[in-house]
Amino acid sequence: MAVIPQTEFQRRRARRKWMGRAFHGLCLLSVAIALGMLVVLLVYLFIQGVTGINWNFLTSFASRHPDQAGIKAAMLGSIYVVVIAGVVAFTLGVATALYLEEYAARSKFARIAKINIANLAGVPSIVYGILGLQIFVYSLHLGKSVLAGGFTLALLVLPIVIVAASEAVRAVPPSLREGAYALGATRWQVIWHMVIPQAFPGILTGVILAVSRAIGETAPLIAMGALTFVPFTPDSPLSRFTVLPIQIFNWTSRPQAGFQEAAAAGIIVLLVILLVMNAGAVILRNKFQKKWE
Amino acid sequence: MAKNVLSPPLGKGSRSSWRRSLPERAIAFTLFLSTVLSILITVGIVAVLLFEAIKFFGDVSFFEFITGTRWTPLFSSKQFGVLALVAGTTLTAVLAMVVALPLGLLSAIYLSEYAPDPVRRAVKPILEVLAGIPTVVYGYFALLFVTPIIRQISGDISVFNALSASIVMGIMILPMVSSLSEDAMRAVPRTLREGAYALGATKLEVSTLVVVPAALSGIVSAFILAVSRAIGETMIVTIAAGQNPNFTLNPFVPIETMTAYIVQVSQGDAPAGSIEFKTIFAVALLLFAITLVMNLMSQWVVSRFREEYE
Repeated sequence: MAVIPQTEFQRRRARRKWMGRAFHGLCLLSVAIALGMLVVLLVYLFIQGVTGINWNFLTSFASRHPDQAGIKAAMLGSIYVVVIAGVVAFTLGVATALYLEEYAARSKFARIAKINIANLAGVPSIVYGILGLQIFVYSLHLGKSVLAGGFTLALLVLPIVIVAASEAVRAVPPSLREGAYALGATRWQVIWHMVIPQAFPGILTGVILAVSRAIGETAPLIAMGALTFVPFTPDSPLSRFTVLPIQIFNWTSRPQAGFQEAAAAGIIVLLVILLVMNAGAVILRNKFQKKWE
Repeated sequence: MAKNVLSPPLGKGSRSSWRRSLPERAIAFTLFLSTVLSILITVGIVAVLLFEAIKFFGDVSFFEFITGTRWTPLFSSKQFGVLALVAGTTLTAVLAMVVALPLGLLSAIYLSEYAPDPVRRAVKPILEVLAGIPTVVYGYFALLFVTPIIRQISGDISVFNALSASIVMGIMILPMVSSLSEDAMRAVPRTLREGAYALGATKLEVSTLVVVPAALSGIVSAFILAVSRAIGETMIVTIAAGQNPNFTLNPFVPIETMTAYIVQVSQGDAPAGSIEFKTIFAVALLLFAITLVMNLMSQWVVSRFREEYE
């Protein structure tokens, strides 16, 4: 048996320890780079855009002149589209999750449906835009409208709602269901009075996550045919529209520095909306958790 | 009254249970329909893409599409070699992974093996903020912040280039790699680590020779998902990488990805039914097929190579 001499052992041990410290440093550096990029990104956007934010910017329509351009139409378009998407995705998502978890938990159909949902989550968002264009805009004759945009985004974020709602429903303890069944409740009474209230915080978090995804989406709505220059507020579900990310995209693509500043200002508004929504999700979840525990 | 409660007449009891079960069945059926709808989305995507793509391949030979390297459907002399777009997509996805894989994996090792618990709990959600930022924001950042810096370092680089788009895309998908890899590493049982420490291994050796191999199926699956995400990413490459379908692997010149091409046509005025319009369905079908195969591969890797430690 080969025995490593004492001095050789010490030399190797020192090297291994040194390499260990270097690796620790490397790992730390990776995290620091990632966090640093986030800081650089946010600080850069703030510096670029903060001077462009004022009351006029929030209440004016898009314009050919950068200093008069505003995000009124884009903000309203975003709100309408995202509310439609949220309501539709919430309804379909919760219904599907309840069916998969409460009615068909171990069936072959449920297994296929779950694999399908996992794959839907990985479909590139622009493909949903093309689907929306063919189905909602042309086949159902909704036109390139607020309604078609909302439905398109609803399909896009549906897997997020289904997955979150399924997890929330699965986490409801069986003892609650059994107690209600023992009192003679029907299946739907158990779901309506026991499962949904218990699972509600989890479902709500999923819906808010889905809506924050929807509010930042650009590509599917461009593919679906949303406008880029809108000097009016959408006044019916069938009127044409633009959304905040498309407005930002449009301004970013222009060569004038003034429009790029407007784009940065729009980005700050978008990020603030996302921040408020996520903070709202955390607060709501805490509140409901207290109520139901 | 009291007699009724104790022993309800059989006929009445069964009628009321039938009346109670009708709405129950209606509700169950409604929920079932909603689940069917989620499957119909996939069917709809495949049907819409196939239907229009087949019409496209009635005008353009499939062989030319899949082997040609010049893509000029928007010019008067039209050529339909999709490899020009595939090259752009491949280039940006590969470069993005060059950024995201090492940084993501090392971050995951740090969070799972080195970081004290409070640090991990603080850093993880902050990292995930990166994944929640809209892609149009990253596009702005790539074009107006990263590109000027790269151009200062080397003046020969075009304003629109694959490099800056890829770097920023790598940052965007980094949390996906790190978060999924970390989950896989944390699922490796303590006993494996303790066994290695007992043999005198350093933390580096435990991390790279024990934990990472044991979590490899999860890490590879995260990696494949991240590549699929990079291939489907649209706004960063549309804004920062250009709209020039070049059959090249040079990251310093403008290129065009499959996704950016779809945006370009959607923004233009190609009338429905024209050949330009039909191209987006053929390109989208290819894009859908590539990402679907990668997503299935990622699921397969996890189910096939997962190590069970009980």
